[in-house]
Amino acid sequence: MSARSAGSTGTVVPPALAATPGAGDWASVPTELGHFGRFGGRFVPEALMAALDELTAAYAEAIADPAFVAELDGLLASYAGRPTPVTEARRLTEHIGGARLLLKREDLAHTGSHKINNVLGQCLLTKRMGKTRVIAETGAGQHGVATATACALLGLECVVYMGEEDTRRQALNVARMRLLGAEVVPVASGSRTLKDAINEALRDWVATVERTHYCIGSVMGPHPFPMLVRDFQRIIGVEAREQVLALTGKLPDAVVACVGGGSNAMGIFHRFIPDTSVALIGCEAGGDGLATGRHAAAIAGGSSGVLHGMRSYFLQDDDGQTKVSHSISAGLDYPGIGPEHAWLHDTGRATYRVVDDTAAMDALALVARTEGILVAIESAHAFAGAFEVARELGPEATILVNCSGRGDKDVDTAARWFDLLDAPADGEAG
Amino acid sequence: MVVQGTRGRLADSFAAARKEGRSVLVGYLPAGYPTVDGAIAAMRAMVEAGVDVVEVGLPYSDPTMDGPVIQDAADAALRGGVSTADVLRTVEAVADTGAPTLVMTYWNPVERHGVERFAADLAAAGGAGVITPDLPPEEAGPWLDAAGAHGLDPVFLVAPSSTDERIRLVTSITGGFVYAASLMGVTGARQSVGAAAEGLVERVRAVTDLPVAVGLGVRDGGQAATVAAFADGVIVGSALVAALLEAERAGTGREAGLAAIRVLAADLAAGVRAAPAPAAATS
Ligand SMILES: Cc1ncc(COP(=O)(O)O)c(C=O)c1O
Repeated sequence: MSARSAGSTGTVVPPALAATPGAGDWASVPTELGHFGRFGGRFVPEALMAALDELTAAYAEAIADPAFVAELDGLLASYAGRPTPVTEARRLTEHIGGARLLLKREDLAHTGSHKINNVLGQCLLTKRMGKTRVIAETGAGQHGVATATACALLGLECVVYMGEEDTRRQALNVARMRLLGAEVVPVASGSRTLKDAINEALRDWVATVERTHYCIGSVMGPHPFPMLVRDFQRIIGVEAREQVLALTGKLPDAVVACVGGGSNAMGIFHRFIPDTSVALIGCEAGGDGLATGRHAAAIAGGSSGVLHGMRSYFLQDDDGQTKVSHSISAGLDYPGIGPEHAWLHDTGRATYRVVDDTAAMDALALVARTEGILVAIESAHAFAGAFEVARELGPEATILVNCSGRGDKDVDTAARWFDLLDAPADGEAG
Repeated sequence: MVVQGTRGRLADSFAAARKEGRSVLVGYLPAGYPTVDGAIAAMRAMVEAGVDVVEVGLPYSDPTMDGPVIQDAADAALRGGVSTADVLRTVEAVADTGAPTLVMTYWNPVERHGVERFAADLAAAGGAGVITPDLPPEEAGPWLDAAGAHGLDPVFLVAPSSTDERIRLVTSITGGFVYAASLMGVTGARQSVGAAAEGLVERVRAVTDLPVAVGLGVRDGGQAATVAAFADGVIVGSALVAALLEAERAGTGREAGLAAIRVLAADLAAGVRAAPAPAAATS
């Protein structure tokens, strides 16, 4: 049975939630001002307000327009390769105490991660607004690659801001973006990572907003971005819910995803929110371990504050200065989290746990050897979290894991972590 | 008894300048650069040289609205360990000169300090108000309450892209003066001030009697005069910061930095006096 044909309201339409029985309060977010409970909002300079209003209006119009929805659905199917399959991880099950593990394979989407779902939506919207230039921030490079891809496809100019530190960690993705015709701008300010790339993108946007759309890569930033990115990623959970029901005849006991800004997690969680029997579990990056202070766990190790246009949880010091995050995974190396996650955490509808570098890398290796799937280090955090959940819930449980991306970009990091490279022969070095 | 800030002092400054047929000169420098005391000395020097109102910048880790010059100074100040407490101490030392002294800050440090506590501490330090460029009116309720309770002017910004409806919203909650961003962009001295500035000032005047000060891009006395011809206040930041940065980089010593600040401030002060009084001042 096709997951796509089952969604009578189409794939991206957010009011689908309002129409979901039992949705209750969950359907009411965000409010008109972009609030998820006390989180979210629009903490941006006045100069950007008009653009955010324009975007909000354009988005509302677009998703009410069957032609837009059909064009996006068409691209998701014929270009991005949706629906992505659900794979049962039969060998892995033995290693984690017998629970049934189902993997939602976003790694098989075009460009190798879930990021393509969001950028196709936003780039179509860009064209609809009559803008010709797209800017984006990227950490691991996956969102940058996806944005460069969609811009190439749709004939849009593309500029990607990337922390200088990350351009080194993810050199392969820098080359990919350039091959796709994008300009990659290394950002040397601040901590030279994702948060600084976002700062630089915001600086660009305020000066170029008339012709430029800022294609934010996660469920973060000022309203309407957290809503818009969630809605474009929601397809993951819409498909997965149908696929799991078809495969097992029941809902999963838990849905597990990694959380950087939180887009793959919101994407797979959202359709399950009204299904209160389903535990929603986000995995934050624990870096060297929560106790060391060198991590990227905004919920477990942060506090409520305002950054990048939104109120949410952030790593910050007593004066409200942002603390630098740490994670082996560039895509999770962000000192905050999207506002809807902050709200889901506060309400208790979702829970968040911490997975450190070592646990994530062990999971990456185990999944590779038992299932033949080399997952992104980001996604490996979800697997490590799912293994814990599996042990807690026991062998009767069914757990859906969002395999948000593939690990090709991470081979270099993994090879060094596991010491897999042969030492160069004499005379070759230098 | 609640300590009151010096709200009203801004209005006095604008009224006095208006009487003199000139615009108010507002100068920005970040606290803590090159050091906390060095910044205090620079701010006092610019007041002596003719700056009427001082904006004390609170250095922040993620200055998304600032160009490279203010970013560099803020970065250096943070590396030097500047704290919110240092900013308050700076305000106290500068307010001591008699010049109305504002804090210019991204919102998160205020929220982290505690909105009510920040207002109380700033009032106790003799502050006149706070400029909050990333706090939208929609989220400003608690801040307006605290500022009101402690006698502080809440200053908000309008931009060339602001609709008339938003200008009405922003000006309805603003105290002291309206900060009009001259162009769409981040802070930084520019060859010319955005052509949009004059039209924006006109649109603001249509809905409020508050003084309007124009900022972003002003770098010298000539430009100050151009802006003073149509605005009640001229705000200068990056050019002053650059003067300090250049002296530090050249290694010519703190005195050279202060001297550069004095020269530029005097040039700007002459600029706001050279222009014919703004339309509203004569009406
Ligand atoms: C494969 C993959 N998963 C997850 C993430 C984290 O982003 P988010 O939390 O928005 O899904 C990234 C970001 O680069 C990624 O590349």
